[in-house]
Amino acid sequence: MSVKGLEKIVAAHSLFAGLGGGFLELVAGCARNVRFEAGQYLFHEGEIASEIYLIREGSVALEISAPGQGCMTFMSAGPDDVVGLSWIVPPYHWTFDTRAQEDTRAISLDAICLRTKCDADPALGYEVMKRFAPTIVARLHSTRLQLLDLYGTHS
Amino acid sequence: MAHIPDPHLSDPMVPVLARVTNRVEEIPGVVTFEINAPQWQGFAPGQFNMLSLFGVGEIPISISGPSFDSTTIIHTIRDVGAVSGAMATLEPGAMLGMRGPYGTAWPVEQARGRDVVVVAGGLGLAPVRPILYHLITNRANFGRVTLLYGARSPDEILFRNELSKWRAQLDMSVEVTVDHADATWRGHVGVVTTLFKGADFDPAKTTAFVCGPEIMMRFGANALTDAGVAPEDIHLSMERNMQCAIGLCGHCQIGPFFVCKDGPVFNWAQMKPLMAIKEL
Amino acid sequence: MLVETDSCNSPFVLDANGLGRLIASLHASGHRVLGPTRRDNAVVYDEVRSTSDLPRGWVDEQAGGHYRLKREGEAYFGYTIGPTAWKSFLHPPKQSLWSTKTGNGQTEIRPASISDEKLAFLGVRACELAAIAVQDKVFLDGAYRDPHYAARRANLFIIAVNCGRAASTCFCSSMGTGPKAREGYDLALTEFITSEDVAFLAVAGSKEGAEMLSTLPTRPATQADIDASTEATAQAESQINRRIDTSGLSPLLKENPDHPRWNDVASRCLNCANCTMVCPTCFCTKVEEVSDLDGVETSRVQSWASCFTSDFSYIHGGAVRTTPKARYRQWMTHKLATWVDQFGTSGCVGCGRCITWCPVGIDITEEAAAIRSGNKGG
Repeated sequence: MSVKGLEKIVAAHSLFAGLGGGFLELVAGCARNVRFEAGQYLFHEGEIASEIYLIREGSVALEISAPGQGCMTFMSAGPDDVVGLSWIVPPYHWTFDTRAQEDTRAISLDAICLRTKCDADPALGYEVMKRFAPTIVARLHSTRLQLLDLYGTHS
Repeated sequence: MAHIPDPHLSDPMVPVLARVTNRVEEIPGVVTFEINAPQWQGFAPGQFNMLSLFGVGEIPISISGPSFDSTTIIHTIRDVGAVSGAMATLEPGAMLGMRGPYGTAWPVEQARGRDVVVVAGGLGLAPVRPILYHLITNRANFGRVTLLYGARSPDEILFRNELSKWRAQLDMSVEVTVDHADATWRGHVGVVTTLFKGADFDPAKTTAFVCGPEIMMRFGANALTDAGVAPEDIHLSMERNMQCAIGLCGHCQIGPFFVCKDGPVFNWAQMKPLMAIKEL
Repeated sequence: MLVETDSCNSPFVLDANGLGRLIASLHASGHRVLGPTRRDNAVVYDEVRSTSDLPRGWVDEQAGGHYRLKREGEAYFGYTIGPTAWKSFLHPPKQSLWSTKTGNGQTEIRPASISDEKLAFLGVRACELAAIAVQDKVFLDGAYRDPHYAARRANLFIIAVNCGRAASTCFCSSMGTGPKAREGYDLALTEFITSEDVAFLAVAGSKEGAEMLSTLPTRPATQADIDASTEATAQAESQINRRIDTSGLSPLLKENPDHPRWNDVASRCLNCANCTMVCPTCFCTKVEEVSDLDGVETSRVQSWASCFTSDFSYIHGGAVRTTPKARYRQWMTHKLATWVDQFGTSGCVGCGRCITWCPVGIDITEEAAAIRSGNKGG
């Protein structure tokens, strides 16, 4: 796909909606289209978080497994969601597995590419961080509520 | 001196004898009962009854059946304490005490001509089910209808068959999310507020009904106001200790309100300032 | 203060013998007469058979966490108020609601019988009349009424006695409830000293009261009698030193749920619930199940409850008010603030019982003043 086509797709995702002229080009320069079949893993816990996924279609399950408890999905992500915050923080390791729940299409951003551009241009870096921060905070809120086990019987 | 009413009128604390006519175990520990009681004249969505087991005790339980059926009383009970636990074991034919209905109703008719968003968490789906029956039966009177439901896990999704049926209806949107799941679950995982992102409603013309644990209602109502829904158009159902249900025992107070008679249904404009106070 | 002298309730004077006749007449008309008696070194309301049961010559000395009786004077009603509130009879600590009996596969629900007993209260203070009026609003004015309360209230004859003394804990004048009885009685008496003995200026407040008065040995009051009784009431009024500033009090408390004073008072409060038991307006109850061992007979019994206990606010998962701070705040804010929203009147009548019977002497007037003085909003 052409760079212009990718730019359009990146701009269409809510994470980068309204991203200013030059920045969009820089971000799209790190992007490629990816697709996963149902059941396919996008990545596993412990691996290097080398990519960021902007989900376009389908859905993915973020999983964590524990002996005796099997594999637990703690979050799902669907169209317009982002998977991948670990690329921001060294040493850039995934802390969970991510599996496609159904056939899924996404934009993958190359983490090293985006980090390098952000480091080179702090204005871009700040813009990107501002766009990731709400997702980080929302995930924290959600995790807090899940920890409370609101619907449990508390007995 | 105050006007003194005739003391020999019927005592509001005395129940009538009711009989369990049907029992369905929804999920482990949650049972839906059909109950038959003399002189029952129906209820409005959101109201509750006081149910008694003789020798055990009395508890408030919301009515989870359709309000247009004025003969059958349906309650969904979760085994969480001595009384509810004993009630959950009742079989058809068992007798219990019942008085009610009590409390304020979900203002469903205020939502006429508007979009309706119903947000439920856990067993909170039971008290809003009468709203859904009403909306479905009078579908043409309402705009877009959305049900957003959060459960603990796929095993604990209440009214699963009805949810599938409603989901299959083209004129309403039903989204279910769970806090955690195993790999067989193909649906949403995350807290119920994450479902707002995909919901289609016009905030300026939306009436919302929220029911679930208090924290979930707080976050749900805040997410709705963040989306632009007016606090007066967000309704929630409160839970407090109730011994009488008629405003005389004092236990259910939250600020100036008695939850039993001024509620249990309140709007967010009323509740937000009170819920902001810890341990009120 | 002026004494009403219109024809309907012009004052008469009753002597001690007449007071005895009043008690006897009430017994004769089938009333159970309840009034002040001296027991366990306190004036408590209980059965009064004759004037000899009354605590004549005893007065009380009260302060925060302090109550003593001592001999002083010859008045029948020289004490102010003791730990009993009249709610003990109108809204008793235990009330059976209903019972069931199961046999032959049939269960029968039997409502508790509604008492037709006629009660007469002798010696109801102005603050206590106000408290009865407050509980009337709670139990009789709403959509649902307590039929047991209604029955006792319907069969009640009230003899108010105006205070001639005030305790240091009294603040009825701040609450606008006393010290002089204004309404809600059948008869009101004001005790005053004459050259020979004590006498009572008697005013009827109802048809029944006037009828009763007409059967008693009385004489029309002279100006001297009226002056003497006015003097007695004025003396009580002048002895009231405690005040509570009620202006804007309801919003003040509701707007200060996080005031540091709540922590301060919580550190002193023992959560003993005494204040709620002696308070003449506190009405909260819980319902408990009583069952025989084989479950054939069960009953529901209502008893007084207190918002100072943690189970009071228990819901599935735990109590709403887990901290003493939250519980004291609930009690005081309800009493002085949200009560007004609920019933159109303050829940406090200024009787001061909560101050006297608090084991650590917490003073509601002092707590309200502290919240006012530390209120950042002014």
